[in-house]
Amino acid sequence: MIPALALVLGVVLGLVLEPTVPAALQPYLPIAVVAALDAVFGAVRAQLEGIFDDRVFVVSFVSNVVVAGLVVFLGDQLGVGGQLSTGVVVVLGIRIFSNAAAIRRRVFHA
Amino acid sequence: MTRPAPGPAGPGPSRLRRLLTPRLRRVDLAVAALLAVLGFAAVVQVRSTQEEGPLAAARQEDLVQILDELANRNDRLRAEVSALERTREDLTSGTGANEAALADARRRTQLLGVLAGSVTARGPGLRLTISDPQEMISAGVLLGALEELRAAGAEAMQVEGPVAPGDTDDAAGSAVRVVASTSLLDGEDGGIVVDGTLLRPPYRFTVLGDPTTMETALGIPGGVVDTVEQLDGRAVVVRGEDLLVGALRAVTPPRYARPAS
Repeated sequence: MIPALALVLGVVLGLVLEPTVPAALQPYLPIAVVAALDAVFGAVRAQLEGIFDDRVFVVSFVSNVVVAGLVVFLGDQLGVGGQLSTGVVVVLGIRIFSNAAAIRRRVFHA
Repeated sequence: MTRPAPGPAGPGPSRLRRLLTPRLRRVDLAVAALLAVLGFAAVVQVRSTQEEGPLAAARQEDLVQILDELANRNDRLRAEVSALERTREDLTSGTGANEAALADARRRTQLLGVLAGSVTARGPGLRLTISDPQEMISAGVLLGALEELRAAGAEAMQVEGPVAPGDTDDAAGSAVRVVASTSLLDGEDGGIVVDGTLLRPPYRFTVLGDPTTMETALGIPGGVVDTVEQLDGRAVVVRGEDLLVGALRAVTPPRYARPAS
């Protein structure tokens, strides 16, 4: 319940404050959001499977975001930032899809 | 409608409920903070994507094409700018040339006007007064005087006499500008008709030119002064430093002769 409320609170804050993204962060923010979404979906799935662990979630969330950002940063340095961020998004998207499928199976038994 | 009883109905919903049940530990706070950050970041990213406009979502090929089009358009506009600038320069210098030509034409008009009698003229010259008490002086004598003055370099001339009785023209009619086409006729009962205006003696000429030369030309033996005196008249020559030839003549455009160049 608290995590859901916190999520809503974050959304409301974002809507109210209307901050602008710093130029330095612009390439990384979308990737970080997708990576965090992956961690969240993984957490929901783990919770449904009864193997959710808070610490694991925190660590996986942070490391997901950091690694995704690092990969994009590295790609930018190598001149393949666009392609690498596409790759990261594809991989994370696949994981989100498979997690969503597992959640669906758990919830709807289908 | 009755809800299914919570508990052992199935493992999924009960665990989902436990996920949503408040528990407060530090790790829970960390989780909550992370999710809040996620929501915040997601909203911020969505907003910034919306603000970036249509170009942010465009594909690379489209962007290249758009850039190309912009460059082409830029080139076209640049060419247009330089063409317009050239036109403006032409017009500016054209205006200067026009003004110079206009000033030149005005000056020429003034100079030709002195010859044609369409402008007043002033300058050094002399006054020649020919009195004719015996009414003996004919148009031929005056014509001789004009020819003599012209030959001596007279540039502008007018001749005036008292307005003839019965000639009710305005006062200015008594002065006639002498130009190339001026005609002199003997009046029917005395006097001289100069370009249609009857003048009575004494005839007063105002002539602009070199006074010395003209005076000499008038005074030679057998010249104008001599002739007039032989006819019992008197010719008086007075020099002037600043004489005014104020009589004007209307310039009529030629009907047949056109400039050949």
